[in-house]
Amino acid sequence: MTNPTQPTADATSTLHEQAGEADLDAVANPSSGRRARGGSNGPSWFQIIWASKKARVGIVLLGLYVLVALLAPVISPHDAADTTFNPVELPSGAHWMGTTTQGADIFSQLIYGTRTSLIVGLFGGLFATALALLIGLISGYLEGTWIDDILSFVTNVALVVPVLPLIITLMAYSEVRSIWFTIFIIGIISWAGPARAKRAQIITLRNRDWVTAAKFAGDGTGTIVFREILPQMTSLVAAGFFGAANGAIGAEAGLSFLGLGNTESVSWGTMLYQAQLQGALAQGLWIWLIVPGLALAGLIFSLTLVNFGIDLISNPHLREDG
Amino acid sequence: MRYFLRRLGYFFLTLWAAVTLNFLIPRLQPGDPAEIMVKKLAGKDAELDPAKVAAMRAMLGAPDGNLFQQYLAYLKQLLSGNLGVSYTYFPSPATEVIGKALPWTLILVGVTLVLSFLIGTVLGAFAAWRRNSTFDSVATLGSTFLGSLQSFWVALLLLFVFGYMLGWFPTAGGYDESTPGANWAFVQEAVMHSVLPAAVLMILGPIGWIMQMRGTMIMNLGEDYIRLARAKGVPDGQIAIRYAARNALLPSITGLAMAVGGILGGQILIEQTFDYPGLGRLMGQAATAKDYPLLQALLLLTITATLVANLIADLTYGILDPRARKAGA
Repeated sequence: MTNPTQPTADATSTLHEQAGEADLDAVANPSSGRRARGGSNGPSWFQIIWASKKARVGIVLLGLYVLVALLAPVISPHDAADTTFNPVELPSGAHWMGTTTQGADIFSQLIYGTRTSLIVGLFGGLFATALALLIGLISGYLEGTWIDDILSFVTNVALVVPVLPLIITLMAYSEVRSIWFTIFIIGIISWAGPARAKRAQIITLRNRDWVTAAKFAGDGTGTIVFREILPQMTSLVAAGFFGAANGAIGAEAGLSFLGLGNTESVSWGTMLYQAQLQGALAQGLWIWLIVPGLALAGLIFSLTLVNFGIDLISNPHLREDG
Repeated sequence: MRYFLRRLGYFFLTLWAAVTLNFLIPRLQPGDPAEIMVKKLAGKDAELDPAKVAAMRAMLGAPDGNLFQQYLAYLKQLLSGNLGVSYTYFPSPATEVIGKALPWTLILVGVTLVLSFLIGTVLGAFAAWRRNSTFDSVATLGSTFLGSLQSFWVALLLLFVFGYMLGWFPTAGGYDESTPGANWAFVQEAVMHSVLPAAVLMILGPIGWIMQMRGTMIMNLGEDYIRLARAKGVPDGQIAIRYAARNALLPSITGLAMAVGGILGGQILIEQTFDYPGLGRLMGQAATAKDYPLLQALLLLTITATLVANLIADLTYGILDPRARKAGA
């Protein structure tokens, strides 16, 4: 094995193996196998997540953010890009959180910033997860072949290359400053960790009886990987998605704060960038400084809590703490 | 022995891949990279110093040859320790500019990383041992909450409260009037300027170690050898420290190596906020000023540092855990 942090991977795969034992009934009873997890013989995945207090808080909080993003035009009193108000106004009925030094309404910027972060999280997470799935599944299913060797090597290189410095370097070369380009770069760079986790899990799943049965039934590799094995990995994939979404949201905020983000659209990162650039600290404009960071923290906190719940599905050992 | 040789071979293979990546990034854009970059810079300041154009060409190796010739020239240049000339600090070579910033980051990060690791590991082990206690809940939820905060935002808040409102600490730079060197006035100023950046690192630093240690230790506490030790009547304290914690420490050591790579990334945001004269600020500046030679040199340095740290972790691991040696051989 050519793995720089092999022992850690061993530790996680043991964890998954333990988790996998819960699915032994799936092995014993192949016909109901794929339904076992969400089927009638155990609590459904949503019941498991909802039973955890942490995850419940996370789901409600995340729901609020989604609602705010969807209803942004209804909630926000002004256009976020409008800079025609009196600069540095204190909070009032017209401007609940006051205005910036450039005369923009802080509350409206905050509301529209929710959209940017959620879009980055959703699509950055989806893109990184798709890449991780593709590479992890192929490399895991073909373990030991030269294809796996190459893919594993690429994964390991991508894993040790520091993410933010590489993103910043790539952004510095690009003249494009769109949110989609940011998403693309973040996705391209952050797939490696989840890919390795998926490779480790597929290796433990690959030799299960129901996979062998499918092989004997004449199913092709593609069918086996995507129809037989993938459904068993749903919770790992979901956890990977929320993790990647969190990373993408944080990365976008960091890039925007450095002035490397999309300066056209409003995001919480650009708000903080402007706040620092325009001397909000020295002038004591604390609302401008505090609200974007709090909003970011709340969103990332909610995603982490949801992920706690998802971990309960793949690792029943954690369930008892509720 | 075979394990160590394999690791070493793997290290050089990865290093080669990273260097190649570094070579390819400026060439990903269509067209002659040197020409494109020179044009980009010319757009910013109409009069372009021919020496700077030459510097750009030097950074790119032999831009006139084919890709393979460029690649060879690039490797040769790297081996001689030439990483190109910085634009923003023209005509200082990138290595010299980096050398000036390096001690700032090294000392700041070195001290806080070791402290964070120790504090976090101890807290995490304790939380796992007293699982589901009040301490555990506070540590877990507290870590999750603090972990949701963006480092640069925490930096901004500290700067606002302790720098601007209370005026306890300087708000920018690394020192004031003193001349850098081994004199008391400078050391005093440097320490005062480092307090707030260090505070950010100490607030956010231990979180990862707490979670990592807690997770592995809980897993280890469920293992049979712990049950056996309990059955044998080994005292609780000994089980916690000499059995469970000792084994749970192993993944944290790898984590420590991985952290080295994450450090510069985190430092970019924190040092930019405090205007702290280290590597992070340098990289942030290089990116916004499109100082490509300096940026590439910093990226290469970060990648190499991460790889070296990983190699050290792998080798230590091999000594600490015979199973890894066997599995890797």
